[in-house]
Amino acid sequence: MFDLDLWTEIVSALKKNRLRSFMTAFGVFWGIFMLIIMSGAGKALENGVLDGVKAFATNSAFFWTERTSVPYAGFQRGRRWNYENTDIYYIREKVKEVEYLSPRLFGWQQNGDNTIRGERTGAFNVFGDYPDYFKIDRWTPIKGRLINEIDILQERKVCVIGERVLEVMFAKDEDPIGQYLKISGVYFQVVGVIHAETRINIGGGKKEETIIIPFSTMQKAYNYGNVVHFFSVTSKKGTKVSDLEVKLKKILKERHKVAPEDLQAIGSFNIEKEFVKFSALFLGIQVLTWIVGIGTLLAGVIGVSNIMLVIIKERTQEIGIQRAIGATPGTVIKHIVAESVFLTVMAGYIGLSLGVGVLEILNQILLKAEGEMFFRNPEVNLTMALSALAVLVVAGIIAGLIPAKRAVSIKPIDAIRDEG
Amino acid sequence: MIRLNNIHKSYVMGNSSLHVLKGIDLHIEQGDFVSIMGSSGSGKSTLLNILGMLDNYDNGSYHLSGNLIANMSEKKAAKLRNELVGFVFQSFNLISFKNAMENVALPLYYKGVPRKTRNLIAMEYLEKLGLKDWANHMPNEMSGGQKQRVAIARALISKPKIILADEPTGALDSTTSYEVMDILREINDDGITVIIVTHEHDIAAMTSQIIRLNDGRIHEIIRNGELKQFQKSYIHGLETA
Repeated sequence: MFDLDLWTEIVSALKKNRLRSFMTAFGVFWGIFMLIIMSGAGKALENGVLDGVKAFATNSAFFWTERTSVPYAGFQRGRRWNYENTDIYYIREKVKEVEYLSPRLFGWQQNGDNTIRGERTGAFNVFGDYPDYFKIDRWTPIKGRLINEIDILQERKVCVIGERVLEVMFAKDEDPIGQYLKISGVYFQVVGVIHAETRINIGGGKKEETIIIPFSTMQKAYNYGNVVHFFSVTSKKGTKVSDLEVKLKKILKERHKVAPEDLQAIGSFNIEKEFVKFSALFLGIQVLTWIVGIGTLLAGVIGVSNIMLVIIKERTQEIGIQRAIGATPGTVIKHIVAESVFLTVMAGYIGLSLGVGVLEILNQILLKAEGEMFFRNPEVNLTMALSALAVLVVAGIIAGLIPAKRAVSIKPIDAIRDEG
Repeated sequence: MIRLNNIHKSYVMGNSSLHVLKGIDLHIEQGDFVSIMGSSGSGKSTLLNILGMLDNYDNGSYHLSGNLIANMSEKKAAKLRNELVGFVFQSFNLISFKNAMENVALPLYYKGVPRKTRNLIAMEYLEKLGLKDWANHMPNEMSGGQKQRVAIARALISKPKIILADEPTGALDSTTSYEVMDILREINDDGITVIIVTHEHDIAAMTSQIIRLNDGRIHEIIRNGELKQFQKSYIHGLETA
């Protein structure tokens, strides 16, 4: 129940003792302010680093081929080899742990301009991919659509293009959908403009400068035969992609007569491992933030309790008088605790708001700054902020209760006589 | 009104115990104006504290307005104090960060009287005591006499049956002391029992009954005829001085 009189009393008591109230509040304010700033900064670092990768399937692994390093089954070392379509069919059929599987062919960029449209030319990264690829490394169509299964089945000569490709190959306001691009001598119809959601890059080059065409079309149109340059897989739920990686390597080695002990022949990369590293790093940062933050907060709370104790000592006489003129011990305790809670909560709230405000200003500055940032979008977990505030309230109650109990345990007459 | 029966009180200080009140029997009627005198250490303040329920006693019985005051919870004691007793102290004991009006209104706050009402009542009492213009002054802006008058107003605001004053004039010069005593006299005329502790004979001489304490016992009670004598000698002494 809201007791206006109680609050008027408290506010006036606090107002009349400005310095004391301020000193009490400052410890708490500083504690929560630092906690917010630190956790926001930690989160910003995490966001900055993870932003480019978080849309990427974390249960994915990638495979490519290297020259063999061990002679085996009659082959000398240093043999060049490739994956083939049959590998893909085999894995799809036999390895049940695989969720998505997307083979890829790399095109050519180093040959100079490979894409022509009328008088416009450009050098872009051309990849042949399966639709599954978009589920591993996320892309969003800005216009039109992505490559789909029918494109693969019918070996359609269609392509989706990155934003930079659109800029170079088309005039402003020109609708690219349905238009044709001549890519390395073959015409492809543009069916979509796509935007990369991640900054993880497979095959080099900038992601905005990418042209993706159906894998099957690429194999046929450019004479790749059965060759598969590269493929990505994701593991089904419950299977660790690291285990899947080991299993697939073993299968591929057997199928291509690569020595089981050859560590070089199959190149692979496993996002999960990297994520574990990152996660550990950020967990570390978070733990550190919490330890330091809670430490600071605790220091604030101890400060409050300490000051409350001094205050109560200072106010023993006042409390004695109040009791002589009719204040019950309950009233006195209620007053002191309410005062303490009011102070801590106000200070905490100001610290919270100011901390969030500072983070927001920081965010605005960062948004204006161009380029790659490893520090972006500082944010504060609301649950954390609220629990910190709750800790403060409880601490405020305790900080007030202990000295209040002590104050009322003194006989009113001794309290009045107290000369200290 | 007040009935004390064989009241004993000791203070325990570590291992030693100090027997302060050694069997006090006292009967004070409604409307009495009583002073308690005695040398220091005679137990007069202790007696006043017990009367005001600020302290408890070890043995005996104390009836106030028909209530037995014994083993009461602090809460009940606080309530009774608020209803029955008004305190006036030697060092005024005003709340330093509240102005005169707020100080006077404080007992009503503990009774749960709304702010506006209690401030209005506080103003009435300040006016009665001639302090209307000082209502918004802080205690440290007032003279001793004014502070004591504020304290008296505060003691009166809850319409108590008894005013207990512990050396109310102890910190005041004689002129102001007499002013304060006049006020207490007027209060007494309204039917409120006034009990003061003092060691000044001239102050005691203004009351209608003097209780002399000596070493924790009532040495003598001076009233009526003897009081006239007492008054004569002290007021005379003052005049010649």
